[in-house]
Amino acid sequence: MTNDPKVSIRGLYKIFGNDPQNALQHVYNGMGKTELLETHGHVLGLQDINVDMQPNEVTVIMGLSGSGKSTLIRHLNRLIEPTAGEVIVDGENVLDYDEAALRQLRQQKMSMVFQKFALLPHRTVLQNAGMSRIVRGEDEETANLAGQKWLDRVGLGGFEGQYPHQLSGGMQQRVGIARALASDSDIMLMDEAFSALDPLIRTDMQDLLLELQQDLHKTIVFITHDLDEALKLADHLVILKDGYVVQQGEPQDILLNPNDPYIEDFVSDINRARVLRVRSVMKPLNGADSFAGVVDANDNLEKLIELSGGDTTYAYKVQQDGQDVGILDMKDLVRALVPAHASESTVTR
Amino acid sequence: MAAYDGLFQTLGLSDWCDQNKTDGPMTMAELLAQSGKKSDDTASAEPATSFWDTPFPSLDELNQSCKSIARTRDMTSWVEELFLSVKDTLKFVLDPLTQPLSWALDGSLWLFQALPWFVMIPLLLLVVWAATRSWALIGFVAVSFLFLSFIDHYVPAIQTLSIIFVCTGFCVALGVPIGILMSRSNALQRFAIPVLDMLQTLPTFVYLIPLIFLFSVTESKLYGIAIILYAIVPVIRLTDLGIRLVDRDVIEAADAFGMSTRQKLFGVQIPLALPNIMAGVNQTIMMSLAMVVIASLVSAPGLGVLVLRGIRNLELGVGLVSGLCIVLLAIVLDRVTKASLSRINAAQQH
Repeated sequence: MTNDPKVSIRGLYKIFGNDPQNALQHVYNGMGKTELLETHGHVLGLQDINVDMQPNEVTVIMGLSGSGKSTLIRHLNRLIEPTAGEVIVDGENVLDYDEAALRQLRQQKMSMVFQKFALLPHRTVLQNAGMSRIVRGEDEETANLAGQKWLDRVGLGGFEGQYPHQLSGGMQQRVGIARALASDSDIMLMDEAFSALDPLIRTDMQDLLLELQQDLHKTIVFITHDLDEALKLADHLVILKDGYVVQQGEPQDILLNPNDPYIEDFVSDINRARVLRVRSVMKPLNGADSFAGVVDANDNLEKLIELSGGDTTYAYKVQQDGQDVGILDMKDLVRALVPAHASESTVTR
Repeated sequence: MAAYDGLFQTLGLSDWCDQNKTDGPMTMAELLAQSGKKSDDTASAEPATSFWDTPFPSLDELNQSCKSIARTRDMTSWVEELFLSVKDTLKFVLDPLTQPLSWALDGSLWLFQALPWFVMIPLLLLVVWAATRSWALIGFVAVSFLFLSFIDHYVPAIQTLSIIFVCTGFCVALGVPIGILMSRSNALQRFAIPVLDMLQTLPTFVYLIPLIFLFSVTESKLYGIAIILYAIVPVIRLTDLGIRLVDRDVIEAADAFGMSTRQKLFGVQIPLALPNIMAGVNQTIMMSLAMVVIASLVSAPGLGVLVLRGIRNLELGVGLVSGLCIVLLAIVLDRVTKASLSRINAAQQH
């Protein structure tokens, strides 16, 4: 990591209850979530969260319901106040902000997309898309211009005059995304943005987001409970469980080296051939020069299986940007398709 | 010999009881008892009260045994004196505060009557059109007013309508902000709800009694205040409810995009609460109509005066016809406000 993280969460705790500061002391002294609830009646929402979010990357925070992921994302723009810790955005601690500075942050630097869309039902699609500009105090013309531009970009040109209830769920969420993009903020928070959509539309929206991200290079924080979605979108994956970070890192790496039975459970149902990429299972160049062919480091394994016709005797040369970077043995590929257990993961590696 | 003599004696309070014996004015019952005793001496040997006839230890009953204890009529006169003693201060504060209400009521009454019927009725129809965009309703309102005019009830009807307009205006202007404040603060809500309950359940005539003492009967704000106090309740309640019911996700989105409190209030909360607020306004209008009839007791002009005449002079026909006119007016007001309410609802269904 050469450049500074865009958003950085340091030692973040959130305790729900009447006297969180007192309960925090117990947590510092090593009390667990269950015990805290039983003896003090406080719920430990988040526990010592430390995450760095790099600029221009998609950071996916994944966890099941109750893992605290929605609570965590709301700390970034302080919709929820933490009990302890720091949230540093562009080098400034958001928790030191007063109300005006906080509004400034929300208006200029961070936009948000919601699971239930949360559009203004009494405003047209265009007015909704341009909302962030109006909130900032820009005039209606500028707002409409920005709203129009981003509605076109998310494929909703022609629906400007409609009201949100006249659109389908997928289209409403496109408006939600256009609204977030229209604010021109560097950081986009997406709280289970696609969870309420049906699977086909969800795939469309994921593709749309990836396509937008290729052009826009925003810092995206994406919350999901769906591992497939997480693996598809993530540059950096954070897995939350019961309010603490179980594992974080490059998604491929987590998939190949789960460090916790919880994550093993998670990854066991994944179509590994589609998610894993050549670069994750290749070996370094070893001087051998008989190859069945040349493949790209970012191809997924499914493509390789198709290419080889399922023959495990083949080996391929791996290239990235025209450079030879490694060798892929089909035997390694097949082995990688079977989930490794946390205890043995170092051995197979 | 009264029932509770023994009690005060055993408590050793006899001295205290006799110490400031004030013989207040005699009640009629006492007077009768006294005169009865004079005419019939044999009854002077009062038999001891049997256990079965023990009266409830009320103020009056206790006073018979112990003169230091006030009678109920003393208590009511204290309430009266208390009110009378604060009356001047209250009047000093309330009089200028409520003066605009008098001006508005008188001004509107003058205006509604100064405009000739052939201007006033089309004007009302125009208002109906603006609020409902429904030809059927305009037709109904037109027929209603032509009928009212035809049976010579146009003037009282238009007076009643004028009072309702002004009072509803004041109710909305005061009630909506109060409702908004209530929706913001749970403490205020806890305090305000019993007050609203009381305003709504207090018999309508009771409002009038203290108001008569505070203001002169010739002042129109007297009935204006009575109507507003009674009719403001639904608009406050439903504004509070409406704002509290606004989708929390939408409020969160508004926060997440950095809306200020004011932007949130006028851009999100009030527009989304509007169907509820309008339902409150509809109720307020109907309740002002109910009260404006009773307010005719304290010189409110309009259809209520005719009803009152019907009661006072036993003019059955006058009373019934004016009662029907009130019903007609009520239907007109209700249908028009409901139609405009459903227009708002249609505009912002989720």
